[in-house]
Amino acid sequence: MSATARTVGLPILVVEGVSLAFGGVKALQGVSFDVREHEIRAIIGPNGAGKSSMLNVINGVYHPQEGTITFRGVSRRGMVVHEAAAQGIGRTFQNIALFRGMTVLDNIMTGRNLKIRSTFLEQAVWLGRARREELAHRRKVEEIIDFLEIQHIRKTPVGRLPYGLQKRVELARALAMEPELLLLDEPMAGMNLEEKQDMCRFVLDVNEQFGTTIVLIEHDMGVVMDISDRVVVLDYGRKIADGTPEEVRANQAVIDAYLGVAH
Amino acid sequence: MLYREAGQFRATYAEDQQIFPLRQDRIGIAAVLVLAFVVIPLAGNQYWLSAILTPFLIFALAALGLNILTGYAGQLSLGTAAFMAVGAFATYNFVLRVPGIPILAAFALAGICAALVGIAFGLPSLRIKGFYLAVATLAAQFFVLWAIQRIGWITNYSASGVITAQNYSILGIPIETPVSKYVLTLSIVTVLALLAKNLARSETGRAFMAVRDMDVAASVIGIPLMRTKLLAFAISSFYCGVAGALYAYTYLGTVEPEAFNLDLSFRILFMIIIGGVGSVLGSFLGAAFIVLLPIVLNYVVPPISEATGIEISHAIISNLELMVFGGLIIFFLIVEPHGLARLWQIGKEKLRLWPFPH
Amino acid sequence: MGGPVSFFFEVLFSGLLAGVMYSLVALGFVLIYKASGVFNFAQGAMVFFAALTFVSLVERGVNFWLAMAITLAVMIVLGVLTERVVLRPLINQPQITLFMATIGLAFFLEGLSQGIWGSQPHGLDIGIRDEPMEWLAERTGMFLSQFDLFAAAIAAVLVTVLALFFQRTRIGRALRAVADDHQAALAVGIPLKQIWAIVWAVAGFVALVAGLLWGARTGVQFALTFVALKALPVLILGGFESIAGAIVGGLIIGASEKLAEVYLGPYVGGGIESWFPYVLALAFLLIRPEGLFGEKHIDRV
Repeated sequence: MSATARTVGLPILVVEGVSLAFGGVKALQGVSFDVREHEIRAIIGPNGAGKSSMLNVINGVYHPQEGTITFRGVSRRGMVVHEAAAQGIGRTFQNIALFRGMTVLDNIMTGRNLKIRSTFLEQAVWLGRARREELAHRRKVEEIIDFLEIQHIRKTPVGRLPYGLQKRVELARALAMEPELLLLDEPMAGMNLEEKQDMCRFVLDVNEQFGTTIVLIEHDMGVVMDISDRVVVLDYGRKIADGTPEEVRANQAVIDAYLGVAH
Repeated sequence: MLYREAGQFRATYAEDQQIFPLRQDRIGIAAVLVLAFVVIPLAGNQYWLSAILTPFLIFALAALGLNILTGYAGQLSLGTAAFMAVGAFATYNFVLRVPGIPILAAFALAGICAALVGIAFGLPSLRIKGFYLAVATLAAQFFVLWAIQRIGWITNYSASGVITAQNYSILGIPIETPVSKYVLTLSIVTVLALLAKNLARSETGRAFMAVRDMDVAASVIGIPLMRTKLLAFAISSFYCGVAGALYAYTYLGTVEPEAFNLDLSFRILFMIIIGGVGSVLGSFLGAAFIVLLPIVLNYVVPPISEATGIEISHAIISNLELMVFGGLIIFFLIVEPHGLARLWQIGKEKLRLWPFPH
Repeated sequence: MGGPVSFFFEVLFSGLLAGVMYSLVALGFVLIYKASGVFNFAQGAMVFFAALTFVSLVERGVNFWLAMAITLAVMIVLGVLTERVVLRPLINQPQITLFMATIGLAFFLEGLSQGIWGSQPHGLDIGIRDEPMEWLAERTGMFLSQFDLFAAAIAAVLVTVLALFFQRTRIGRALRAVADDHQAALAVGIPLKQIWAIVWAVAGFVALVAGLLWGARTGVQFALTFVALKALPVLILGGFESIAGAIVGGLIIGASEKLAEVYLGPYVGGGIESWFPYVLALAFLLIRPEGLFGEKHIDRV
């Protein structure tokens, strides 16, 4: 794809005043930020800051009590989860959420489900449209498999794969949706240096080649500072800073949140 | 010929996506079909056809239906027999009340009736999971049997709800003999098994398995949980419904509502646990096992009893059967949760390497 | 007194008392579920096994209390064996797998008990007759069985004892810790396997009591295994984790089932007891999936 895909554009996602509570626990309190088209936006913060909850609110797993989410001009508060997928929001999870009983290939193929038009009856007789679609999507999925360099494991059940490869398969499944916005929840957690480098490369490539807008949560500050365009910092469910990596790094509130401060 | 894929190259995705990609598997399936369609009808005796093979095929179909719901879509059901009952009694009514209806159309419509009932009792699956759902499906089991027993219209006001399958024919050929009933059952089961196999390897099957393995992740990638679960209930109940229709029309002939009791539901559940959860082949293996076990016990136990001098009565054999069933369920769940189908697969993989160790 | 109002209360009370019997069986389920997360479908088979063992011993001339002691010992051995042979190898498996294993166990026990003691039905007399109490009938016009009252009293005693056991003893505290969090309980040194064995033994004891009461009422026969099916809607209604839920659920199911049969039954042809509790429980589930006293779980992703 052309280099213009990388040009950061107008806000594609706007989060406004989102508050979320589980019983008495306030996971998010009045959080607002935006994500611009084609950018890589990081969400950082100490453990329990509400980062994963934020992603869950964006793709409809949790329904916030207050605030709105505006994605591509469409505002909403709560929605059924699968509608977020239909709008073009893809997602990976902190604890891998693959379909353990299925092969790598089938896992990634599930990412194509929204694009399949044939009915179950057509699929049962395996003729005409159902067969053509299955082939066309297989081709597309194979492109993603090539892109993420996992050809050698395509028929392996995912349960048998090592952690790092599972993370990659999960990314592949999200990419198979051809999302406009990709939410990555700690894509590099628990990886060694080399695996992290590979994953960084894939994230940057996805962003550059497909123009996918990316929101990621990451604990490794080196990674965040290197690859993200802008950073949101959460602490105890509130936003405490927002800006470029350099600005955030110099922010006193962020330093306090990470290093602790005498109250 | 060795079971080995060396020299068989799949150069296109279409070739890789065939229903049986290995040449040996295709030959094997063809051989089984020839055996089932040609050799057995010519050679099989009446007892084998009507008392063993026909019920085996019917149970395999019901097990396949349950496997679609439980094995593929991960929704445990204890109401299989109720959906079979719907199929049997719906067929009876279609034949009774629609003059001249072709029997195959009656079977299909009865399957659709069962599917609708399945959807109705599948609705709770949207809010509840696991054994809560299993208990909810018991509601289907008890309610459907009660309705059939109490609503006289369904059984055409027969005494104690017993119905007798009407005579029927296909293309002018009356289906009366054990052979013709067997061939009819075999044809229907073969076609439906093929359709199920196709479904399992296409988008619908993947969506089922995705919901089974992790429902939140499935909905995050856009799989609608409600539609997928209800579709699983519908397709599963359709299969069970057709199996129930065959149970009445090609196996028993005369059938009462009690024939579709909870015990039958459990037996079919045992078939898929022993045969293989989430496997089309497993449904057949499990059905064969459960159909054959009592017969084997009846053959094996009396000689043992004579040889050892211990008197073993008929009642003890049937209790032994319960114990063996129960014990095997526990054994398979602990040792090989994917059942006989998995053992078969392991055997095939060993064969691929044979006679070389690596 | 007399008339429709009194009749209504008679139906209501007899339903409530029948409900106590359901609670008794449901209690066995709750105990095991709380401690080990297993939905023990074999509870009904255990009830049958206990009753059949007891009645067979008594018929062979064993003294009533000795038979009771022997049966209790057998039930404890059975419970411990079940934990050891069936459940321990299945640790960390999905709940649904454990559930199916207990269905297998139910079949095994049904075959075993009839294999040992034979399949013919037995009568069981524990000295309380299933007759209406005259003094109550005279004063209020309600016909309530003294057996039902006796059963309710036994159930009340049992529940009180269990509640004290759970609240006041060391084992009880350990049990509640295990119910809360297996890992954490292990971490603070609670012997998990020992606790499970105890729970299964207690469940065996509850099965014995339920078996005696149910057996005395309906006779000791294979149909006794179906009392488990009566307990399932109770559990759905009350929540799987709550003893209070088992009691209240049992009362609700018992009462509504009888009332429905008497007031609704005639319009739909009767015999609705087989499914009415299930439909009631199901309707309730749709409103409150975790049951009356169950805990609400938040899915974390």
